[in-house]
Amino acid sequence: MAESLQVSVWRGGSNGRYVDYQVPRRDSQTVLDVVTWVQRHLDATLAYRFACRVGMCGSCAMTVNGRPRWTCRTHVSKVAANGKLIIGPLENLPIIKDLATDMQPFFEKWQQAKGRFVSSTTRTDPVARIPPDTPARVAADAAIECINCGVCYAACDTVRWNPGYLGPAALNRAWTLVNDVRDVANLERLSAVAANGGCHSCHSHQSCQEHCPVSLNPTASIAGLKRRTSLAYLRAEIKP
Amino acid sequence: MNVRLYVWQRLTAAAMAPLLLVHLAVIFYATRKGLSAADLLARTRGSVSWAGFYGVFVSAVAVHAAIGVRTVLSEWLPLRARHADVAAVLFGVLLAVLGFRAVAAVVLP
Repeated sequence: MAESLQVSVWRGGSNGRYVDYQVPRRDSQTVLDVVTWVQRHLDATLAYRFACRVGMCGSCAMTVNGRPRWTCRTHVSKVAANGKLIIGPLENLPIIKDLATDMQPFFEKWQQAKGRFVSSTTRTDPVARIPPDTPARVAADAAIECINCGVCYAACDTVRWNPGYLGPAALNRAWTLVNDVRDVANLERLSAVAANGGCHSCHSHQSCQEHCPVSLNPTASIAGLKRRTSLAYLRAEIKP
Repeated sequence: MNVRLYVWQRLTAAAMAPLLLVHLAVIFYATRKGLSAADLLARTRGSVSWAGFYGVFVSAVAVHAAIGVRTVLSEWLPLRARHADVAAVLFGVLLAVLGFRAVAAVVLP
């Protein structure tokens, strides 16, 4: 193992540049450890984002050697070819500063896709009993563990080409709600994801599935939305 | 792309698949039998069936390709959505005109 790493870190806004640093190599070192070391020891003005450090909060995603990754669970030993790391902000999102991107467009698209659960009951009603082996619940469970990290959004070619596209995370969220039998806003949700920029804009490149750190398959969720919205359209239940 | 365009593109693709197979079979049959242009025209001229077959084929191609071109234009060129729509419609009309002209040339008596 080399004693130090050559690390290039993006500094500045969209017109910034990569700045080189030397960082000591450690056992079991993650990319987030490297970024933190730079900020603590070399340049306290380095801006980046993290919270849990254990792969739950989804806030530390960055571009590492050209691929979007969750940096807290990415070991340097797996990605640092020849002891070199190039660390940049996530693609397809505005850069605030250095490694921190503005997630507002990402979460606005969750709202556009009607990613909010809508219930017809109140907290005083009995808790709904959903058998875990029903097809709808199985489909929802397969997509439910998204941590909102934005890796799929950054990896998506369609988002890059079509800024109006809702993106894999928002559509994956919509799919979980479409399969939630307690939700009462599904026609509005299907209308939202069937409009221009919705699920039918997906080219099924499967970059989202390839890069998702928690091994979800948003492409499959989007395919499900395509089928569901097409049937609803043919039945005249929704309009594009 | 929205659900209306998506459904039209999938339906026209589904229509074209069997039509394309028949079209290829006709080509193989004609070449293996050594049919001349006159032989072919003798079979197609005045034929309502061939006019219908290739008329549907041309219609499906014009709709399917125009929707695809609209997507390509809107993703790869800095066009406004309206301009991509107009360009795609013009492309579809062009394909339809060229296609129906070819169909007319072989089926009209």
